[in-house]
Amino acid sequence: MNAIPQSVPRQSGETRTQNAVTVQGLTRRFNGGPAVLDRLDLTIAPGEFVALLGRSGSGKSTLLRTLSGLDPVSEGHVSRPQDVAVVFQESRLLPWKRVWQNIILGQAGGNDGRARASAVLEEVGLGHRADAWPLTLSGGEAQRAALARALVREPAFLMLDEPFAALDALTRLKMQHLVAGLWTRHRCAVLLVTHDVDEALLLADRAVVLDSGRIRTDLPIPLDRPRRHADPRFEHLRSVLLESLGVHDD
Amino acid sequence: MSETILRTAIRTVRLAPLSRPRLTSLLSGWRGLSRYLSPLLLVVLWQAACSAGLLSTRLVASPAQIIVTAWSLTRDGTLPVNLGVSLLRAVSGLAIALTAGISLALISGLSRIGEDIVDAPLQIMRTLPVLALVPLFILWFGIGETPKILLVALGSTFPIYLNLHKGIRSIDPKLLEMARTLGLSHRQTIRDVILPGALPDLLTGVRFAVGISWLMLVVAEQVNADSGIGHMMMDAEDFLRTDIILVGLFVYGLLGLTSDQLVRTLEHVFLAWRPARREKGQPT
Repeated sequence: MNAIPQSVPRQSGETRTQNAVTVQGLTRRFNGGPAVLDRLDLTIAPGEFVALLGRSGSGKSTLLRTLSGLDPVSEGHVSRPQDVAVVFQESRLLPWKRVWQNIILGQAGGNDGRARASAVLEEVGLGHRADAWPLTLSGGEAQRAALARALVREPAFLMLDEPFAALDALTRLKMQHLVAGLWTRHRCAVLLVTHDVDEALLLADRAVVLDSGRIRTDLPIPLDRPRRHADPRFEHLRSVLLESLGVHDD
Repeated sequence: MSETILRTAIRTVRLAPLSRPRLTSLLSGWRGLSRYLSPLLLVVLWQAACSAGLLSTRLVASPAQIIVTAWSLTRDGTLPVNLGVSLLRAVSGLAIALTAGISLALISGLSRIGEDIVDAPLQIMRTLPVLALVPLFILWFGIGETPKILLVALGSTFPIYLNLHKGIRSIDPKLLEMARTLGLSHRQTIRDVILPGALPDLLTGVRFAVGISWLMLVVAEQVNADSGIGHMMMDAEDFLRTDIILVGLFVYGLLGLTSDQLVRTLEHVFLAWRPARREKGQPT
C-alpha cells in the first residue's frame, strides 16, 4: 500500500545528494473526480526550508499526506528520505502516555529513552513537563511536545502541517522562533504547510504557492535571518505572495 | 438614629469576614448530614411502627430484629458460608465473562473477518433475555454449580463485549494516522494506541457486567440451590423469617455497592491520565 520508494543512499546516491525530496508528475484524484494534485513537480534540497501556501482545497494537505506516506502514490513518482517526521495541526499525543513516553513512542533503544526524551524536551523548552499527562498541557506546550517527538527521530525531512494554526497569536510567534532555532541547529529539509504569508516569509528559503493541484508560484526568499517585517524587501515579497494567493494588498 | 445605623453597619462589616466562613462550613456540614437524615428518619419510623404493632413482624421484621438476626447468622456461620458460596459463583462467572468478552471483542474489533464472524451472532444473542434460559440451563447442566456460574457468565459477557468492541472501533483515526507516520508496527499500534484507548470503555463494560452478575446470581440462587445468599432467603421464606430475608437483601445491596466502588477505584487507577472533571474523548 505504501508505494513510496525510499531513496536509499547506496542505490540512488545521486538523487540523495542533490535533493532530499523529489516529486515528479504526481497526480491524485478521489473516486475519479477532478485531480486534486495535477502532474505536480517539486524538489526540496537537503536542509532546505520550503513553505507551501495555498487556499483551502488547493491540494496542500493531499500533497503532505502523500509525502508522509499516509496516502498511496497512484500516478507519478515520489522519492523521499527514509527518516521523515510529521507535526500536525493537533499535537496528536497519546493521552494515556506521559509526555516523555510520547516522545520516544515506537523508538527502539531500551534504557536511554528517558534521557533522550528529556534532552529533546529541554531543547523545545518543555523539560519541566516531561512527566505530565498530555491532556494537562496547554495548546502551545502540546505543539512543543509534538515538535520534540518529531526531532527525537532525527529526521532528514520534517513536515509541518499548519502546526501553529490553532494557537493564539503570541504563542504562535514564540513557536515560530523556536522552529527557526531548531532548524538552524538540525538542518533537516522542512516542508511547512501554512496559510500565513508572514510565517512563510519569516521561516522559509522558498515559498511555493499551490493552486488547483499545480504549483502556481515558486518564490525564493533571499532574505538574511533573522528577518524583520519592516524590511522593504519583506514587504515586496509579501505582496507578491498575497497576489498569487488571490489577495490584493492595497 | 443615623448614628446607630452607622454603628450597626460598621459592626456587621467587621463581623462579616469572621462569621461568613464559619456559617458556610456549618451549612455545608449540615448539607452533608441532611442527605442521610431522611433515610435515617425512615428507619426510625419503621422501627416505631414495628414496636407499636402497626407493622406485623410476619410481613416485615423490625430494624433492631434484623441487626440481631444478622449478628446471630454471622456467629453461627450461616451468613459467612453462604456469602462465600455466592461470592465464589459471582467471581467465577465474572472471570469467565471477562475472558470470553475481552477475547471476542478483540477478535471482532481488530479484524474485519473476525467482526463478520463474531459480531452478528452476539448482537442477535444479546437481545435474548438471558434469564429466560434458566429452564434450558437446568435441563442441560442440572442443578449444580455449573448452571449458576454459566448464567452469571453469559449475562455479564455482553456488556463487556459490546463496550470493548465499541471502544476499539471508535479510536480517534488521527491517532492511528500518527502511529503510522511514526512507523509503529501493527503490534505496537495495538499495544500502545488501540488497547489503552479502549480501556475506558472496557471498564464501563465491567461496571455494567458486575451489576448484571448480581442480578443473575439472585435469580440462579432462588430457582434451585442448596447454598448461597439466595438459598438462605428462600429457606427463610418457608419459616416466615422476614428478618433473614431482609438480611439477605441488605447483603446483596452491600455486595453491589462494594463491587461498584471497586471498579470505580480501578478506573481511578488505570485512567489517571484523564484530567479531573473532564469527560473522555477530548481532543488531544
